[in-house]
Amino acid sequence: MPDATFAVVHAGPLVTIQDYGRSGFARFGVPRSGPMDRLSFDIANLALGSQRRSTVIEVSAGGLTLECKTGEASFAVFGGGFNVSVGTQKFPSHRVARIEAGQKLTIQPGKSGNWTYLAITGHLKANEWLGSAATHSMSGFGGGAIQSGAKLEVSHPEVRESREGEIPLPASNRADGEVDVVLGPQDRFFDAESIDNLKTGTFNLTNAFDRMGVRLKGPELVPSAKLDMPSEPIVRGSIQVAGDGVATVLLSDHQTAGGYPKIATVVSDDVDRLVQLRPADTLSFNVVSPEDAIKRVRARHNARVKYMESAAKGHGSLLYRLLNENLISGVVADES
Amino acid sequence: MSQPTFRAVGDHALLVEFGDKVSKDTNKAVHQLDRALAKHPFDGFEEAVPAFVNILIDFDPLVTDHHAVEAAVKDVLLASSDHITETSIREVLVCYEDVENSDLEEVARLTGLSTEAVIDAHLAGDYSVYMYGFAPGYAYLASVPEEIRLPRKDSAIRGIKDCSVLIAGPQCLVTTITMPTGWWIIGKSPTRVLTGNDEDPFLFDVGDPVVFRRVTQEEYDAAMAEA
Repeated sequence: MPDATFAVVHAGPLVTIQDYGRSGFARFGVPRSGPMDRLSFDIANLALGSQRRSTVIEVSAGGLTLECKTGEASFAVFGGGFNVSVGTQKFPSHRVARIEAGQKLTIQPGKSGNWTYLAITGHLKANEWLGSAATHSMSGFGGGAIQSGAKLEVSHPEVRESREGEIPLPASNRADGEVDVVLGPQDRFFDAESIDNLKTGTFNLTNAFDRMGVRLKGPELVPSAKLDMPSEPIVRGSIQVAGDGVATVLLSDHQTAGGYPKIATVVSDDVDRLVQLRPADTLSFNVVSPEDAIKRVRARHNARVKYMESAAKGHGSLLYRLLNENLISGVVADES
Repeated sequence: MSQPTFRAVGDHALLVEFGDKVSKDTNKAVHQLDRALAKHPFDGFEEAVPAFVNILIDFDPLVTDHHAVEAAVKDVLLASSDHITETSIREVLVCYEDVENSDLEEVARLTGLSTEAVIDAHLAGDYSVYMYGFAPGYAYLASVPEEIRLPRKDSAIRGIKDCSVLIAGPQCLVTTITMPTGWWIIGKSPTRVLTGNDEDPFLFDVGDPVVFRRVTQEEYDAAMAEA
């Protein structure tokens, strides 16, 4: 099929090109970057039947409106509770649909979440840096921010009717606003009261929230002595506490090193849930041992594999499903 | 090599710490382990991030765990105790003339030296790459000679251009992107730490010795025209 092209009618702040990210460069000061919510990114590509590391658009609460100028393509939107419309259709942000020349696609914040992922079949053209199109927001390296007025090109777009339809949501029995953390690596620099505040206190996310991190508001976490700690590596999920006792959770575009003590570290898969909490939402920390953290991550991974298999199947359009069911059961659907 | 301290970082990393004060020996221990791990990675190894006194070892928690990684690191340390670290001397050109926002005169005033003496001291430093951090390609070079060590400025100055040569305390840095900084700006360099070469995108490996070579404004312009 010919290329699909899109005009960017509106792009809010922090709408960026992302892919899996670039790993192995933290030693050179370069974080992985990539999606804020890695799970939703994976589901968007998987549901569309694309390769796992395909380039997508990460849409922030600033929203995005594209107009398809030429071509047609199936696309997936997944992550958070955004409102999506294409042509005359309206649906929440867990669906595979189609867009063709002349239609507008609008993605706007809805009832929940901060980040959603727009994956389009084919190849979304974007600048790469160090082998990845992921945008590193501090430098702008990689695919970059999507700007109103820009043009996007997708080569080899496809219509994948069998993929179109609702994407099932992963089941979760966990409380929103609670994430697992492992203490350390500098919990020893905090007194017992601060550790207790971390374990039992309720924090709020603030507006100081971008791809580098989110500042929290909550009970005091005070380093027990004035610290002159040599700068050391940071990970996505590090909870660092500055001299003023303010905690910041570091996220996908985190600095690779810093000299503030880290009281605890959010368990890797729970960062995906944390980034979807909105400013002013409450957050509490469930402190687990490193051994327990690994057990939990493995158990949740196994549960997710089953869900991912079902999401990857492609539930298909109604017509496709009816045809499919007919082929399997030999029964013709009775519309009456 | 002294036995390091091991600290769990979340579910997917282990911090291996060789001390709590920055010194050449502690940093060397970090680099030795880094290079040994690169040669003998364990099952589930993702990446290692060396810093001043410690190294973060990132692993796949579905494949391995903190205890297994600690054991693997101990094995690597035993096997590599007499390992000779291979490094390459890297040259960075520096021009001290006509530098935007230059602090050279202020550094001279605060240290009681002439600007030429500040330059001589800067060039005489025994530098190596202790670690990268903060931003892509920000390589922390140490050590700046005692006589020109100054604490950081009280507040950061915005919009300091890439390829600025900065000093603060014992450290020296060649910037790679426009950033605010509280460090002292003493020169500009036509040498790119982000090389733009996909095969070898960063000028230094951690641990490499670095020498600064002074160039005139004309030589700087010529080198910039070549880049």
